[in-house]
Amino acid sequence: MSRSDVLVDATWVEAHLDDPSVVLVEVDEDTTAYDKGHIRNAVKIDWKNELQDPVRRDFVDKAGFERLLSEKGVGNDHTVVLYGGNNNWFAAYAYWYFRLYGHRDAKLLDGGRKKWELDSRELVTEVPQRQRTQYQAQDPDLSIRAFRDEVVEAIGQKNLVDVRSPDEFVGKLLAPAHLPQEVAQRPGHIPTARNVPWSKAAQEDGTFKSDDELRQLYSEAGVDFGKNTIAYCRIGERSSHTWFVLHELLDLPDVKNYDGSWTEYGSLVGVPIELGEAQ
Amino acid sequence: MSDGCGAPGGGVALSDVNVAKEAVVQGRVLRDGAPVERAYVRLLDGSEEFAGEVPTDGDGTFRFFAAPGTWTLRVLAPGGARAERVVQAELGTVASVEIAL
Repeated sequence: MSRSDVLVDATWVEAHLDDPSVVLVEVDEDTTAYDKGHIRNAVKIDWKNELQDPVRRDFVDKAGFERLLSEKGVGNDHTVVLYGGNNNWFAAYAYWYFRLYGHRDAKLLDGGRKKWELDSRELVTEVPQRQRTQYQAQDPDLSIRAFRDEVVEAIGQKNLVDVRSPDEFVGKLLAPAHLPQEVAQRPGHIPTARNVPWSKAAQEDGTFKSDDELRQLYSEAGVDFGKNTIAYCRIGERSSHTWFVLHELLDLPDVKNYDGSWTEYGSLVGVPIELGEAQ
Repeated sequence: MSDGCGAPGGGVALSDVNVAKEAVVQGRVLRDGAPVERAYVRLLDGSEEFAGEVPTDGDGTFRFFAAPGTWTLRVLAPGGARAERVVQAELGTVASVEIAL
């Protein structure tokens, strides 16, 4: 993978709005944004109601993913371009699912909804009608997904990249500052983790920094490119953004997203937790 | 507790929140006295690091749940407009600011 394989800009998207081989997908946690206005011909995926298992804490299984994409009119051969609000966090999360289930050609719109809005580009309310497909997913590729035992074993062994804000990392906040802070789990971070907030990988308009800037950012923060890496945040969507940077843009071979993230780790009994700055 | 991690337009409503346990920073973004929708408001900590971001709603409103201390609000709006304001957050209070572009 390289940048041109996985990232498109707004000009590219405007030139492909009516391209039958391309499906634009807006992914949001708060789908009222899509309902008020979206990029023409984009379909929506509701992160919470369509990508998560309704009962267990897990995401949709293979059959569920196939059903969802078939209903949305996404075929195996389509180029899927994902974008969304919140600096593409949920779009990056969905991108990670598309890769996990083996979709061949998925891309992110650089800067997502934010850049598109700041540029005052066209948004419409008409919902496109797409023909149903028979989507076939592959078995989940667990080489890009980390689970809790593996994370505990990775302490002091692999790069652990905590992409939350510095205030969450040191334990001052338990959630990003746009959310209420009263939550159950313990504050802090996984010992030996390096704090590289997801926001450092992006410009203020939400677009990704250059490959050179990104390489410098992670190496200066103490990420060893010769080691395997696990990225985490609070629930796994901001770390999908960083997983995208490390695995897709910088092409590091072994990078996993720990989607259990702090809401799982910070609730585990007996695991080590570090407070304050990285040691 | 929120299942997700995203910020809805305007920020999370205060109705289900125990404000006594929060240090709320909220406000409105205005241009010529009129509310600005879909401006992006960032909360930055004392070292200018990103702590959260909320797009404004139809009333130009945004809201954060900070920790006690000094924070900076940075606004980006369509057309390249920018603005910054420093704000103090305290536990159990709601700090309200109006930011004119």
